[in-house]
Amino acid sequence: MITIKNISKAFDDRQILVGIEGKFQPGETSLIIGGSGTGKSVLLKCMIGLVKPDSGEVMYDGRNFLTSSLNDQKAIRREMGVLFQGSALFDSKSVLDNVRFPLDMLTDQPENEKMDRAIECLKRVGLEKARDSMPSEISGGMKKRVGIARAIVLNPKYLFCDEPNSGLDPLTSAKIDELIAEITEEFQITTVVITHDMNSMMEIGEKIMFLYKGKKLWEGDSASLTHSSVDELNEFINANKLIREMEK
Amino acid sequence: MSRLGNYFIFLGTLFRNREKFGVYLKLILDECTSIGVGSIFIVALVNTFIGAVTCVQTAYNLTNPFVPKNIIALIVRDSSILELAPTLSCIVLAGKVGSNIASELGTMRITEQVDALEVMGINSSSYLILPKVIASVLMFPLLVIMAGFLAILGGYIAGTLAGVITPEEYVSGLRFEYKPFGVAFALIKTVVFAFLVSTISAYQGYRVRGGALEVGAASTAAVTNSCIAIVAADFVLTQMLLT
Ligand SMILES: Nc1ncnc2c1ncn2[C@@H]1O[C@H](COP(=O)(O)OP(=O)(O)O)[C@@H](O)[C@H]1O
Ligand SMILES: [Mg+2]
Repeated sequence: MITIKNISKAFDDRQILVGIEGKFQPGETSLIIGGSGTGKSVLLKCMIGLVKPDSGEVMYDGRNFLTSSLNDQKAIRREMGVLFQGSALFDSKSVLDNVRFPLDMLTDQPENEKMDRAIECLKRVGLEKARDSMPSEISGGMKKRVGIARAIVLNPKYLFCDEPNSGLDPLTSAKIDELIAEITEEFQITTVVITHDMNSMMEIGEKIMFLYKGKKLWEGDSASLTHSSVDELNEFINANKLIREMEK
Repeated sequence: MSRLGNYFIFLGTLFRNREKFGVYLKLILDECTSIGVGSIFIVALVNTFIGAVTCVQTAYNLTNPFVPKNIIALIVRDSSILELAPTLSCIVLAGKVGSNIASELGTMRITEQVDALEVMGINSSSYLILPKVIASVLMFPLLVIMAGFLAILGGYIAGTLAGVITPEEYVSGLRFEYKPFGVAFALIKTVVFAFLVSTISAYQGYRVRGGALEVGAASTAAVTNSCIAIVAADFVLTQMLLT
Protein backbone atom coordinates (compact mmCIF):
# COMPACT_ATOMS: atom_id res chain seq x y z
CA MET A 1 0.00 0.00 0.00
CA ILE A 2 1.17 3.50 -0.80
CA THR A 3 0.07 6.36 1.41
CA ILE A 4 0.71 10.00 0.57
CA LYS A 5 0.20 12.71 3.14
CA ASN A 6 -0.09 16.44 2.67
CA ILE A 7 2.03 16.66 -0.51
CA SER A 8 2.65 20.28 -1.56
CA LYS A 9 4.95 21.58 -4.24
CA ALA A 10 5.69 25.00 -5.72
CA PHE A 11 7.98 25.80 -8.65
CA ASP A 12 9.45 29.27 -8.17
CA ASP A 13 6.37 31.21 -7.04
CA ARG A 14 3.78 28.97 -8.68
CA GLN A 15 1.99 26.63 -6.32
CA ILE A 16 1.49 23.40 -8.29
CA LEU A 17 0.25 20.96 -5.61
CA VAL A 18 -1.58 21.77 -2.39
CA GLY A 19 -1.86 19.27 0.46
CA ILE A 20 -2.65 16.12 -1.51
CA GLU A 21 -3.63 13.07 0.54
CA GLY A 22 -4.28 9.57 -0.74
CA LYS A 23 -4.07 5.81 -0.30
CA PHE A 24 -3.36 3.27 -3.03
CA GLN A 25 -4.12 -0.41 -2.44
CA PRO A 26 -2.36 -3.51 -3.80
CA GLY A 27 -4.13 -5.39 -6.58
CA GLU A 28 -6.02 -2.23 -7.48
CA THR A 29 -5.62 0.23 -10.33
CA SER A 30 -6.00 3.72 -8.89
CA LEU A 31 -6.45 6.60 -11.31
CA ILE A 32 -5.41 10.21 -11.02
CA ILE A 33 -7.47 12.33 -13.39
CA GLY A 34 -7.67 16.01 -14.22
CA GLY A 35 -7.07 18.53 -17.00
CA SER A 36 -3.67 19.29 -18.52
CA GLY A 37 -1.31 21.26 -16.33
CA THR A 38 -3.12 20.51 -13.08
CA GLY A 39 -0.05 18.84 -11.61
CA LYS A 40 -0.77 15.16 -12.17
CA SER A 41 2.70 14.39 -13.48
CA VAL A 42 4.30 16.47 -10.76
CA LEU A 43 2.37 14.50 -8.12
CA LEU A 44 3.56 11.24 -9.67
CA LYS A 45 7.13 12.52 -9.77
CA CYS A 46 6.89 13.46 -6.10
CA MET A 47 5.77 9.93 -5.32
CA ILE A 48 8.61 8.26 -7.21
CA GLY A 49 11.25 10.66 -5.96
CA LEU A 50 12.04 12.57 -9.15
CA VAL A 51 10.72 15.79 -7.65
CA LYS A 52 11.19 16.66 -4.02
CA PRO A 53 7.93 17.97 -2.54
CA ASP A 54 8.11 21.06 -0.32
CA SER A 55 6.17 19.21 2.34
CA GLY A 56 4.51 15.87 2.87
CA GLU A 57 5.24 12.19 3.20
CA VAL A 58 5.22 9.25 0.82
CA MET A 59 4.94 5.88 2.60
CA TYR A 60 5.58 2.58 0.81
CA ASP A 61 4.11 -0.13 3.05
CA GLY A 62 5.08 1.86 6.09
CA ARG A 63 8.52 2.91 4.81
CA ASN A 64 8.97 6.65 4.55
CA PHE A 65 10.50 7.07 1.10
CA LEU A 66 11.61 10.70 1.26
CA THR A 67 13.45 10.49 4.57
CA SER A 68 15.08 7.07 4.12
CA SER A 69 18.79 6.65 3.54
CA LEU A 70 20.13 6.39 0.02
CA ASN A 71 20.38 2.61 0.27
CA ASP A 72 16.85 2.19 1.62
CA GLN A 73 15.60 4.43 -1.17
CA LYS A 74 17.39 2.24 -3.69
CA ALA A 75 15.71 -0.80 -2.17
CA ILE A 76 12.28 0.81 -2.52
CA ARG A 77 13.09 1.93 -6.05
CA ARG A 78 13.82 -1.65 -7.01
CA GLU A 79 10.23 -2.46 -6.16
CA MET A 80 8.89 0.28 -8.46
CA GLY A 81 8.14 0.13 -12.15
CA VAL A 82 7.41 3.30 -14.05
CA LEU A 83 5.89 3.77 -17.48
CA PHE A 84 6.62 7.31 -18.63
CA GLN A 85 4.36 9.49 -20.72
CA GLY A 86 6.58 9.19 -23.80
CA SER A 87 7.64 5.61 -22.93
CA ALA A 88 11.23 6.85 -22.32
CA LEU A 89 12.85 3.87 -24.01
CA PHE A 90 16.61 4.17 -24.45
CA ASP A 91 17.09 5.14 -28.11
CA SER A 92 20.45 3.46 -28.39
CA LYS A 93 19.26 0.05 -27.19
CA SER A 94 17.14 -2.58 -28.90
CA VAL A 95 13.73 -3.54 -27.52
CA LEU A 96 15.17 -6.59 -25.79
CA ASP A 97 18.08 -4.64 -24.30
CA ASN A 98 15.67 -2.01 -23.02
CA VAL A 99 13.70 -4.68 -21.17
CA ARG A 100 16.90 -6.35 -19.93
CA PHE A 101 18.40 -3.10 -18.75
CA PRO A 102 17.05 -3.13 -15.16
CA LEU A 103 18.20 -6.74 -14.79
CA ASP A 104 21.68 -5.89 -16.07
CA MET A 105 22.04 -2.87 -13.84
CA LEU A 106 20.35 -3.96 -10.65
CA THR A 107 20.72 -7.73 -10.34
CA ASP A 108 23.54 -10.28 -10.38
CA GLN A 109 21.52 -12.95 -12.12
CA PRO A 110 23.31 -15.20 -14.62
CA GLU A 111 23.05 -14.32 -18.28
CA ASN A 112 20.53 -17.01 -19.27
CA GLU A 113 18.15 -16.17 -16.42
CA LYS A 114 18.17 -12.52 -17.39
CA MET A 115 17.49 -13.42 -20.99
CA ASP A 116 14.63 -15.74 -20.04
CA ARG A 117 13.04 -13.16 -17.79
CA ALA A 118 13.30 -10.39 -20.40
CA ILE A 119 11.75 -12.59 -23.07
CA GLU A 120 9.03 -13.72 -20.67
CA CYS A 121 8.09 -10.07 -20.07
CA LEU A 122 8.16 -9.28 -23.78
CA LYS A 123 5.83 -12.24 -24.34
CA ARG A 124 3.54 -10.97 -21.60
CA VAL A 125 3.04 -7.73 -23.55
CA GLY A 126 2.87 -9.62 -26.86
CA LEU A 127 6.05 -8.29 -28.40
CA GLU A 128 8.50 -11.19 -28.50
CA LYS A 129 8.73 -10.80 -32.27
CA ALA A 130 9.94 -7.21 -32.04
CA ARG A 131 12.81 -8.04 -29.67
CA ASP A 132 15.55 -6.95 -32.06
CA SER A 133 13.88 -3.76 -33.31
CA MET A 134 15.12 -0.35 -32.24
CA PRO A 135 12.69 1.99 -30.46
CA SER A 136 12.66 4.32 -33.47
CA GLU A 137 11.32 1.52 -35.66
CA ILE A 138 8.21 0.63 -33.67
CA SER A 139 4.83 2.35 -33.24
CA GLY A 140 3.73 4.42 -30.25
CA GLY A 141 1.53 1.64 -28.91
CA MET A 142 4.36 -0.87 -29.15
CA LYS A 143 6.69 1.55 -27.35
CA LYS A 144 4.20 1.75 -24.49
CA ARG A 145 4.11 -2.01 -24.31
CA VAL A 146 7.90 -2.25 -24.27
CA GLY A 147 7.81 0.40 -21.54
CA ILE A 148 5.41 -1.80 -19.55
CA ALA A 149 7.62 -4.84 -20.08
CA ARG A 150 10.63 -2.89 -18.82
CA ALA A 151 8.61 -1.62 -15.84
CA ILE A 152 7.54 -5.11 -14.73
CA VAL A 153 10.77 -6.98 -15.44
CA LEU A 154 11.92 -6.77 -11.80
CA ASN A 155 8.52 -7.95 -10.48
CA PRO A 156 7.57 -4.59 -8.99
CA LYS A 157 5.24 -4.16 -6.06
CA TYR A 158 4.33 -0.69 -7.27
CA LEU A 159 3.58 0.34 -10.84
CA PHE A 160 3.20 3.94 -12.01
CA CYS A 161 1.93 4.90 -15.45
CA ASP A 162 1.82 8.47 -16.70
CA GLU A 163 -0.87 8.76 -19.37
CA PRO A 164 -0.34 5.26 -20.77
CA ASN A 165 -2.83 5.91 -23.57
CA SER A 166 -2.00 9.45 -24.64
CA GLY A 167 -1.42 9.63 -28.36
CA LEU A 168 -2.90 6.20 -29.07
CA ASP A 169 -5.98 5.27 -31.06
CA PRO A 170 -8.97 4.11 -28.96
CA LEU A 171 -8.47 0.42 -29.70
CA THR A 172 -4.75 0.33 -28.85
CA SER A 173 -5.46 2.50 -25.88
CA ALA A 174 -8.07 0.09 -24.56
CA LYS A 175 -5.63 -2.79 -25.00
CA ILE A 176 -2.95 -0.99 -23.00
CA ASP A 177 -5.48 -0.28 -20.22
CA GLU A 178 -6.50 -3.91 -20.19
CA LEU A 179 -2.88 -5.04 -20.02
CA ILE A 180 -2.17 -2.77 -17.06
CA ALA A 181 -5.31 -3.91 -15.23
CA GLU A 182 -4.52 -7.59 -15.85
CA ILE A 183 -0.93 -7.31 -14.68
CA THR A 184 -2.05 -5.42 -11.60
CA GLU A 185 -4.46 -8.12 -10.61
CA GLU A 186 -2.24 -11.03 -11.62
CA PHE A 187 0.75 -9.90 -9.53
CA GLN A 188 -1.17 -7.95 -6.87
CA ILE A 189 0.68 -4.75 -7.77
CA THR A 190 -0.22 -1.36 -6.34
CA THR A 191 -0.85 0.54 -9.55
CA VAL A 192 -1.26 4.27 -10.02
CA VAL A 193 -2.32 5.49 -13.45
CA ILE A 194 -2.62 9.07 -14.66
CA THR A 195 -5.16 9.53 -17.37
CA HIS A 196 -7.71 11.86 -18.84
CA ASP A 197 -9.23 9.23 -21.04
CA MET A 198 -12.91 8.72 -20.24
CA ASN A 199 -12.88 5.13 -21.45
CA SER A 200 -10.06 4.21 -19.07
CA MET A 201 -11.91 5.82 -16.20
CA MET A 202 -14.97 3.72 -16.79
CA GLU A 203 -13.07 0.52 -17.62
CA ILE A 204 -10.18 0.20 -15.19
CA GLY A 205 -10.79 2.88 -12.56
CA GLU A 206 -11.30 1.01 -9.34
CA LYS A 207 -10.45 4.11 -7.39
CA ILE A 208 -10.28 7.58 -8.89
CA MET A 209 -8.75 10.80 -7.60
CA PHE A 210 -9.68 14.06 -9.34
CA LEU A 211 -7.13 16.87 -9.31
CA TYR A 212 -8.02 20.44 -10.15
CA LYS A 213 -5.44 23.24 -10.09
CA GLY A 214 -3.22 21.29 -7.73
CA LYS A 215 -5.96 20.32 -5.26
CA LYS A 216 -7.72 17.02 -4.77
CA LEU A 217 -11.39 17.89 -5.24
CA TRP A 218 -12.94 14.46 -5.37
CA GLU A 219 -12.23 10.79 -4.72
CA GLY A 220 -14.34 7.70 -5.37
CA ASP A 221 -14.98 4.80 -7.72
CA SER A 222 -15.99 4.82 -11.37
CA ALA A 223 -19.63 4.09 -10.55
CA SER A 224 -20.01 7.30 -8.56
CA LEU A 225 -17.86 9.35 -10.96
CA THR A 226 -20.78 10.66 -12.97
CA HIS A 227 -23.02 11.66 -10.09
CA SER A 228 -20.78 13.76 -7.92
CA SER A 229 -21.73 17.22 -6.74
CA VAL A 230 -18.34 18.70 -7.65
CA ASP A 231 -18.88 21.22 -10.47
CA GLU A 232 -15.31 21.10 -11.73
CA LEU A 233 -15.46 17.33 -12.03
CA ASN A 234 -18.78 17.38 -13.86
CA GLU A 235 -17.43 19.98 -16.23
CA PHE A 236 -14.35 17.82 -16.85
CA ILE A 237 -16.46 14.74 -17.56
CA ASN A 238 -18.94 16.57 -19.73
CA ALA A 239 -16.17 18.04 -21.84
CA ASN A 240 -15.00 14.51 -22.49
CA LYS A 241 -18.53 13.33 -23.32
CA LEU A 242 -19.04 16.27 -25.62
CA ILE A 243 -15.99 15.36 -27.63
CA ARG A 244 -17.16 11.79 -27.87
CA GLU A 245 -20.57 12.83 -29.08
CA MET A 246 -19.08 15.19 -31.63
CA GLU A 247 -17.00 12.32 -32.95
CA LYS A 248 -20.11 10.16 -33.52
CA MET B 1 28.53 33.41 -11.89
CA SER B 2 25.83 31.15 -10.48
CA ARG B 3 26.12 29.20 -13.75
CA LEU B 4 29.75 28.56 -12.93
CA GLY B 5 28.77 27.42 -9.44
CA ASN B 6 26.16 25.06 -10.87
CA TYR B 7 28.76 23.70 -13.26
CA PHE B 8 31.04 22.79 -10.35
CA ILE B 9 28.17 21.23 -8.40
CA PHE B 10 27.38 19.26 -11.54
CA LEU B 11 30.99 18.05 -11.74
CA GLY B 12 30.65 16.78 -8.18
CA THR B 13 27.62 14.65 -9.07
CA LEU B 14 29.63 12.81 -11.72
CA PHE B 15 31.80 11.13 -9.15
CA ARG B 16 29.33 10.51 -6.34
CA ASN B 17 27.39 7.26 -5.93
CA ARG B 18 28.75 5.56 -9.04
CA GLU B 19 27.87 2.16 -10.44
CA LYS B 20 30.24 -0.79 -10.46
CA PHE B 21 33.36 -0.35 -12.58
CA GLY B 22 32.46 -3.17 -14.96
CA VAL B 23 29.39 -1.25 -16.03
CA TYR B 24 31.53 1.64 -17.21
CA LEU B 25 34.10 -0.36 -19.12
CA LYS B 26 31.87 -1.22 -22.04
CA LEU B 27 30.35 2.26 -22.09
CA ILE B 28 33.81 3.84 -22.21
CA LEU B 29 34.86 1.60 -25.11
CA ASP B 30 31.71 2.50 -27.03
CA GLU B 31 32.29 6.20 -26.45
CA CYS B 32 35.95 5.89 -27.47
CA THR B 33 34.84 4.47 -30.79
CA SER B 34 32.25 7.11 -31.44
CA ILE B 35 34.39 10.03 -30.26
CA GLY B 36 37.75 8.81 -31.53
CA VAL B 37 37.08 6.98 -34.76
CA GLY B 38 34.21 9.26 -35.64
CA SER B 39 36.44 12.33 -35.51
CA ILE B 40 39.55 11.08 -37.32
CA PHE B 41 38.54 12.33 -40.74
CA ILE B 42 37.66 15.92 -39.89
CA VAL B 43 40.66 16.40 -37.57
CA ALA B 44 43.01 14.91 -40.18
CA LEU B 45 41.61 17.04 -42.96
CA VAL B 46 41.73 20.32 -41.07
CA ASN B 47 45.25 19.78 -39.75
CA THR B 48 46.81 18.64 -43.03
CA PHE B 49 45.56 21.76 -44.75
CA ILE B 50 46.48 24.07 -41.89
CA GLY B 51 50.02 22.64 -41.97
CA ALA B 52 50.17 23.16 -45.71
CA VAL B 53 48.90 26.72 -45.50
CA THR B 54 51.28 27.59 -42.64
CA CYS B 55 54.24 26.38 -44.69
CA VAL B 56 53.39 28.21 -47.89
CA GLN B 57 52.39 31.38 -46.06
CA THR B 58 55.57 31.44 -43.97
CA ALA B 59 57.63 31.00 -47.12
CA TYR B 60 55.76 33.87 -48.75
CA ASN B 61 56.50 36.15 -45.80
CA LEU B 62 60.21 35.22 -45.56
CA THR B 63 61.69 37.24 -48.37
CA ASN B 64 65.04 38.01 -46.75
CA PRO B 65 67.68 35.88 -48.61
CA PHE B 66 69.89 35.77 -45.51
CA VAL B 67 67.33 33.80 -43.51
CA PRO B 68 67.89 30.08 -44.19
CA LYS B 69 64.98 28.25 -45.77
CA ASN B 70 64.86 25.55 -43.11
CA ILE B 71 63.45 28.16 -40.71
CA ILE B 72 60.16 27.63 -42.56
CA ALA B 73 60.01 24.01 -41.43
CA LEU B 74 60.91 25.01 -37.90
CA ILE B 75 58.05 27.50 -37.84
CA VAL B 76 55.62 24.93 -39.19
CA ARG B 77 56.83 22.42 -36.60
CA ASP B 78 56.56 24.73 -33.61
CA SER B 79 53.28 26.34 -34.50
CA SER B 80 51.75 22.96 -35.27
CA ILE B 81 52.89 21.22 -32.13
CA LEU B 82 52.46 24.07 -29.71
CA GLU B 83 49.28 25.66 -30.92
CA LEU B 84 47.62 24.54 -34.11
CA ALA B 85 47.35 20.80 -33.54
CA PRO B 86 46.12 20.90 -29.94
CA THR B 87 44.04 24.07 -29.90
CA LEU B 88 42.59 24.01 -33.37
CA SER B 89 41.83 20.29 -33.21
CA CYS B 90 40.05 20.75 -29.91
CA ILE B 91 38.01 23.61 -31.34
CA VAL B 92 37.03 21.33 -34.22
CA LEU B 93 36.22 18.61 -31.68
CA ALA B 94 34.15 21.05 -29.62
CA GLY B 95 32.05 21.52 -32.74
CA LYS B 96 31.73 17.84 -33.44
CA VAL B 97 31.91 15.97 -30.15
CA GLY B 98 30.61 18.78 -27.94
CA SER B 99 27.45 19.40 -29.92
CA ASN B 100 26.89 15.67 -30.15
CA ILE B 101 27.18 15.16 -26.38
CA ALA B 102 24.87 18.10 -25.65
CA SER B 103 22.17 17.07 -28.09
CA GLU B 104 22.26 13.42 -27.06
CA LEU B 105 21.92 14.23 -23.37
CA GLY B 106 19.36 16.97 -24.04
CA THR B 107 17.22 14.57 -26.02
CA MET B 108 17.49 11.95 -23.30
CA ARG B 109 16.44 14.57 -20.78
CA ILE B 110 13.35 15.81 -22.60
CA THR B 111 12.19 12.30 -23.50
CA GLU B 112 12.42 11.29 -19.82
CA GLN B 113 15.17 8.73 -20.45
CA VAL B 114 17.19 10.45 -17.72
CA ASP B 115 14.22 10.16 -15.36
CA ALA B 116 13.89 6.49 -16.25
CA LEU B 117 17.47 5.93 -15.08
CA GLU B 118 16.96 7.94 -11.90
CA VAL B 119 13.82 5.99 -11.01
CA MET B 120 15.84 2.78 -11.13
CA GLY B 121 18.18 4.31 -8.58
CA ILE B 122 20.99 4.81 -11.09
CA ASN B 123 23.01 8.02 -10.83
CA SER B 124 22.17 9.22 -14.32
CA SER B 125 24.85 11.89 -14.46
CA SER B 126 27.71 9.54 -13.74
CA TYR B 127 26.23 6.70 -15.79
CA LEU B 128 25.71 8.84 -18.88
CA ILE B 129 28.45 11.42 -18.61
CA LEU B 130 31.49 9.87 -16.92
CA PRO B 131 32.15 7.47 -19.85
CA LYS B 132 32.03 10.41 -22.25
CA VAL B 133 34.47 12.44 -20.17
CA ILE B 134 36.89 9.54 -19.77
CA ALA B 135 36.67 8.63 -23.45
CA SER B 136 37.32 12.26 -24.43
CA VAL B 137 40.33 12.54 -22.14
CA LEU B 138 41.71 9.33 -23.69
CA MET B 139 40.89 9.99 -27.33
CA PHE B 140 41.55 13.72 -27.77
CA PRO B 141 45.32 13.31 -27.14
CA LEU B 142 45.55 10.49 -29.69
CA LEU B 143 43.76 12.63 -32.23
CA VAL B 144 46.06 15.54 -31.47
CA ILE B 145 49.20 13.42 -31.93
CA MET B 146 47.86 12.41 -35.33
CA ALA B 147 46.97 16.03 -36.02
CA GLY B 148 50.53 17.20 -35.28
CA PHE B 149 52.05 14.62 -37.62
CA LEU B 150 49.65 15.44 -40.40
CA ALA B 151 50.15 19.18 -40.06
CA ILE B 152 53.91 18.76 -40.43
CA LEU B 153 53.38 16.32 -43.29
CA GLY B 154 50.94 18.73 -44.93
CA GLY B 155 53.58 21.45 -44.70
CA TYR B 156 56.15 19.14 -46.27
CA ILE B 157 53.95 18.19 -49.18
CA ALA B 158 52.74 21.73 -49.89
CA GLY B 159 56.21 23.25 -49.42
CA THR B 160 57.98 20.84 -51.73
CA LEU B 161 55.23 20.79 -54.34
CA ALA B 162 55.10 24.59 -54.43
CA GLY B 163 58.90 24.63 -54.64
CA VAL B 164 59.38 27.00 -51.71
CA ILE B 165 61.60 24.54 -49.81
CA THR B 166 63.55 21.39 -50.66
CA PRO B 167 62.92 18.11 -48.79
CA GLU B 168 66.43 18.30 -47.26
CA GLU B 169 65.88 21.82 -45.98
CA TYR B 170 62.50 20.84 -44.55
CA VAL B 171 63.86 17.84 -42.66
CA SER B 172 66.83 19.75 -41.31
CA GLY B 173 64.47 22.51 -40.19
CA LEU B 174 62.33 20.00 -38.35
CA ARG B 175 65.38 18.76 -36.46
CA PHE B 176 66.75 22.19 -35.63
CA GLU B 177 66.64 23.04 -31.92
CA TYR B 178 63.93 20.53 -31.23
CA LYS B 179 62.56 20.70 -27.65
CA PRO B 180 60.68 17.54 -26.61
CA PHE B 181 58.78 19.47 -23.96
CA GLY B 182 56.69 20.95 -26.76
CA VAL B 183 54.92 17.64 -27.27
CA ALA B 184 54.33 17.18 -23.55
CA PHE B 185 52.96 20.71 -23.40
CA ALA B 186 50.60 19.99 -26.30
CA LEU B 187 49.33 16.84 -24.62
CA ILE B 188 48.80 18.55 -21.25
CA LYS B 189 46.78 21.23 -23.02
CA THR B 190 44.78 18.63 -24.89
CA VAL B 191 43.82 16.72 -21.75
CA VAL B 192 42.60 19.95 -20.17
CA PHE B 193 40.66 20.89 -23.32
CA ALA B 194 39.14 17.41 -23.52
CA PHE B 195 37.90 17.66 -19.95
CA LEU B 196 36.49 21.14 -20.58
CA VAL B 197 34.74 20.28 -23.85
CA SER B 198 33.16 17.08 -22.55
CA THR B 199 32.02 18.41 -19.19
CA ILE B 200 30.77 21.77 -20.48
CA SER B 201 28.82 20.09 -23.28
CA ALA B 202 27.44 17.47 -20.93
CA TYR B 203 26.42 20.17 -18.48
CA GLN B 204 24.58 22.07 -21.22
CA GLY B 205 22.78 18.95 -22.43
CA TYR B 206 21.97 17.53 -19.03
CA ARG B 207 20.25 20.68 -17.77
CA VAL B 208 17.89 21.07 -20.76
CA ARG B 209 14.24 21.64 -19.92
CA GLY B 210 11.54 21.90 -22.53
CA GLY B 211 11.62 20.58 -26.07
CA ALA B 212 13.53 20.21 -29.31
CA LEU B 213 14.17 23.95 -29.51
CA GLU B 214 15.95 23.93 -26.16
CA VAL B 215 18.04 20.95 -27.22
CA GLY B 216 19.23 22.93 -30.23
CA ALA B 217 20.03 25.92 -28.05
CA ALA B 218 21.96 23.72 -25.61
CA SER B 219 23.96 22.26 -28.45
CA THR B 220 24.91 25.74 -29.67
CA ALA B 221 25.76 26.86 -26.15
CA ALA B 222 27.90 23.76 -25.70
CA VAL B 223 30.04 24.67 -28.71
CA THR B 224 30.40 28.39 -27.96
CA ASN B 225 31.12 27.87 -24.26
CA SER B 226 33.60 25.10 -25.02
CA CYS B 227 35.45 27.33 -27.48
CA ILE B 228 35.61 30.18 -24.98
CA ALA B 229 36.89 27.80 -22.32
CA ILE B 230 39.50 26.40 -24.71
CA VAL B 231 41.02 29.76 -25.64
CA ALA B 232 40.94 30.95 -22.03
CA ALA B 233 42.61 27.77 -20.79
CA ASP B 234 45.07 27.95 -23.67
CA PHE B 235 46.17 31.40 -22.58
CA VAL B 236 46.47 30.44 -18.91
CA LEU B 237 48.38 27.21 -19.63
CA THR B 238 50.76 28.92 -22.02
CA GLN B 239 51.50 31.55 -19.37
CA MET B 240 52.03 28.90 -16.73
CA LEU B 241 54.04 26.32 -18.65
CA LEU B 242 56.01 28.22 -21.30
CA THR B 243 57.28 31.28 -19.42
N1 LIG C 1 10.44 21.00 -13.33
C1 LIG C 1 9.51 21.95 -13.42
N2 LIG C 1 9.84 23.24 -13.25
C2 LIG C 1 8.92 24.23 -13.30
N3 LIG C 1 7.61 24.01 -13.56
C3 LIG C 1 7.20 22.75 -13.76
C4 LIG C 1 8.12 21.65 -13.70
N4 LIG C 1 7.43 20.51 -13.93
C5 LIG C 1 6.14 20.87 -14.13
N5 LIG C 1 5.99 22.21 -14.02
C6 LIG C 1 4.74 22.95 -14.15
O1 LIG C 1 3.79 22.35 -13.30
C7 LIG C 1 2.50 22.40 -13.90
C8 LIG C 1 1.85 21.05 -13.83
O2 LIG C 1 2.54 20.18 -14.70
P1 LIG C 1 2.17 18.66 -14.91
O3 LIG C 1 2.13 17.98 -13.59
O4 LIG C 1 3.13 18.14 -15.91
O5 LIG C 1 0.72 18.72 -15.53
P2 LIG C 1 -0.19 17.51 -15.97
O6 LIG C 1 -1.32 17.50 -14.98
O7 LIG C 1 -0.68 17.83 -17.33
O8 LIG C 1 0.63 16.27 -15.94
C9 LIG C 1 2.69 22.90 -15.31
O9 LIG C 1 2.22 24.23 -15.38
C10 LIG C 1 4.17 22.83 -15.54
O10 LIG C 1 4.59 23.90 -16.34
MG1 LIG D 1 1.45 15.04 -17.46
